Amino acid sequence: MTSDSAEMNPIRDSSETARWQDYFQLMKPRVMSLVVFTGLTGLLAARAPIHPVLAAIAVLCIAVGAGASGALNMWYDADIDQKMRRTRGRPVPAGKVKGEEAASLGVVLSLLSVMFLGFAVNWLAAGLLAFTIVFYAVVYTMWLKRWTAQNIVIGGLAGALPPAIGWAAATGSAPLNAWLMVAIIFFWTPPHFWALSLYVTTDYAKAGVPMLPVVKGARETRKQILLYSLLLIPICLSPVLTGLGGPIYLAVAGLGGIVFLLLAWRVFASKAGDAADPRAADRALYDVTEDEKAAGAKAARNLFAFSILYLFALFAALLGEAVTGVHPLELLK
Amino acid sequence: MNQPVETDAARQAAKKARDGRNLALALGLVAFVVLVFVVTLVRLGGNVAHPHV
Repeated sequence: MTSDSAEMNPIRDSSETARWQDYFQLMKPRVMSLVVFTGLTGLLAARAPIHPVLAAIAVLCIAVGAGASGALNMWYDADIDQKMRRTRGRPVPAGKVKGEEAASLGVVLSLLSVMFLGFAVNWLAAGLLAFTIVFYAVVYTMWLKRWTAQNIVIGGLAGALPPAIGWAAATGSAPLNAWLMVAIIFFWTPPHFWALSLYVTTDYAKAGVPMLPVVKGARETRKQILLYSLLLIPICLSPVLTGLGGPIYLAVAGLGGIVFLLLAWRVFASKAGDAADPRAADRALYDVTEDEKAAGAKAARNLFAFSILYLFALFAALLGEAVTGVHPLELLK
Repeated sequence: MNQPVETDAARQAAKKARDGRNLALALGLVAFVVLVFVVTLVRLGGNVAHPHV
């Protein structure tokens, strides 16, 4: 735009019509709510005395830190987001907010959340929050996501850390039980995301994101989902051995684990993702009938939906037991 | 993203959006000041109650 036209049109940019809600959307509020929930569970499951105001500050800082890394992700991934149906309505690719504004918001909120958590609560929690933000925004978003099919496996660590941050905020330390909560989310992430990616494979392929189904194919993805599910369930049961989970948690982890494995097996036995597999040129291996396609997509959707419920139920059980004072089991002692 | 906004309706929409952003920013800053104040009281109170901790 020339300087003349700029003078004639003082309102030069559609981003000037951006509402505050658009900036809030940059912070991925749905992800923030999950992070708040798992962070709060870590904080309360530690069963340590902490002033309620400081506890609230800790949860707020974890939420803002997660939101900041979401804004940085939306800035850097705008090109990918524009190519995928699920993400093209986000504020940056939709043209509501400039990329540099998203980046600025992310940097400012990152610094603010980490410093405030450090000064108000403790520096171990602040350090873990800083590590989480850097890991998500730099290691996952800028490097792993575009480079390896293991992107969400390794990158999942960022989403898994909030319970440890909460625990550290309450106690000033991060013992085994805090890391068990991290491990639960870490090993839950691959089957959860790969189930989703089995029915949105074409979107990821179009955007050039090397998700497992795009790089290794649907069959390998279904196998990996089953393998990670087999690893996940024992990890979910381990808190009853170490004095973290009680009888309610045991029931939820055990019964939910059986359903999780059943659904993972159904995905493994299905042809989910085969219809969209880039190797579809080999028709002998990848011919899929409409019925098989529908059944496969249904199996993947069921696992994806149940995985959310399962994680929520596990942490709700830990939270409920901590709040109501149910004694944890210590089967190893 | 860089399309000019020229009509009166668009100008009004831009002003409304700007007012909303300014209000949200003002509320955020006030909330931050209040939080710092409350945290100071809590931390200070804790140190006064337990001077050797």
